Amino acid sequence: MNLLFKISSYQLRDVIRSKWIFFYTILLMIISYSLISLTKEPAKILITMLNINLIIVPLISLIFGTIFLYNNKNNIIFLLSQPIKRNVLFLGLYIGLILPIILGFLLGVGIPILFYVKIFSNYAETIFLLLTTGIVLTIIFGGVAFYISISNEDRMKGLGISIIVWLFLSIFYDGLLLIIFQTFADYPLEKISAFLIMFNPIDLTRILVVINFDVSALMGYTGTVFKNFFGGNLGVLISALMLMFWSILPLYLGLRKFKAKDF
Amino acid sequence: MIKVTNLNKSFGSLEVLKKIDLEFVPGQITYIVGPNGSGKSTLIKIILGLVKSDSGDVWVGDYMLNGDCHYRDKIGYMPQSASFPENLTVTEVFKMLKDLRNNKDNLDESLIKELNLDKELNKRLGNLSGGTKQKVSAAITFLFNPSILILDEPTAGLDPVSSSILKDKIKKEKENGRTIILTSHILSELEELADNVVFILEGSIKFSGKINHLIEKTSSLNLERAMAALMNGQLI
Repeated sequence: MNLLFKISSYQLRDVIRSKWIFFYTILLMIISYSLISLTKEPAKILITMLNINLIIVPLISLIFGTIFLYNNKNNIIFLLSQPIKRNVLFLGLYIGLILPIILGFLLGVGIPILFYVKIFSNYAETIFLLLTTGIVLTIIFGGVAFYISISNEDRMKGLGISIIVWLFLSIFYDGLLLIIFQTFADYPLEKISAFLIMFNPIDLTRILVVINFDVSALMGYTGTVFKNFFGGNLGVLISALMLMFWSILPLYLGLRKFKAKDF
Repeated sequence: MIKVTNLNKSFGSLEVLKKIDLEFVPGQITYIVGPNGSGKSTLIKIILGLVKSDSGDVWVGDYMLNGDCHYRDKIGYMPQSASFPENLTVTEVFKMLKDLRNNKDNLDESLIKELNLDKELNKRLGNLSGGTKQKVSAAITFLFNPSILILDEPTAGLDPVSSSILKDKIKKEKENGRTIILTSHILSELEELADNVVFILEGSIKFSGKINHLIEKTSSLNLERAMAALMNGQLI
């Protein structure tokens, strides 16, 4: 436990100084700030921010995560030659990577909101949700990135797979479901669609928001379907459980590969 | 002491190591040599636990490798191309390793001075030249007074001055009774330092013993020709 803390704190110190984290924070700040200055309607601002985060956060976590492991390959090999257990090193690297990304996210989104805290005074819950979804998505896609780069020796291939996973989950998945449902519109497909949504963490986060706020129109097709099917609390519970599952699964699979891997 | 018995390893259908039996004794320097891709690195990585063998045993001291990691406490490893977190300073990297090894006393910091690393201590690793990184790596290897030293082409990226400092250090540690394993392609270095030579070709040991023995057995004029004879497949 102690060793895990030490490894992650040194990795964190390394990652936090990287210029990419800095750019990420600045990018989020610019987006959030321009949204706030465009309209003064807090609900709209927050939902738009959320929609943007659903796209940016998984992309950044995937790409940072994949590149981080490839760039640190020799460093990892060196650390493995020290008296350190493989699972401790793996988790240490993971924590040391995602904490700075989460911090960058919280600062990038949080500071502009704090700056205009007066307009958002009635929306504490939405802001909380906005920040939580960002954190959860970082945790999930950081794990996915680790799994991808440990499974692929070639960095270009790993990076390519990361980008395809992101494209598929954030853009194609929703569209694909829409096409399926339109084609088979005459059949009762609610159960199947609710089931299919669980396989996409981005859709799941979207749903959490849809259920909490009556904004289905802004949140894409799958969100609406899921809301109609599950409604209130059950929907929240199921999507939260599935998100937890998605936070652990890729990381666990990555850890298993890491432990058996020949370096 | 390190003992390897009947070690086998293949990557897919490629047999990288075949029935390796070896012993590395304290107070002696053993060079592992062989052409690129002969299996030298894999052998070293198996001893370090970075690669898992398919069959066979490795003993480090009186401990048999079984996936546990504490035995690496005794090992100082200098990889071929070292790399540390880019955005940490040299001081922080030293501190990190002391923290990770939980060892802050009983340190051997002589190489930091001898290799002139004092000036570089506050620079970030990402801003150092390849040679300077290699020096940092050398200093770390000897930092914890390890009883076993494994150095993978240690002098490859170093200037002649640093290279001779490192070689002197290796000789000194030999006098201190360390078990030392080296790989290198530089034959003059081998002639200067080696007590024993292990020659690996296509995953099998072709020769293991003293240098003059090797020269005699291949009936060659010198070490270079003896090596060439071995690489051409002359059997002993």
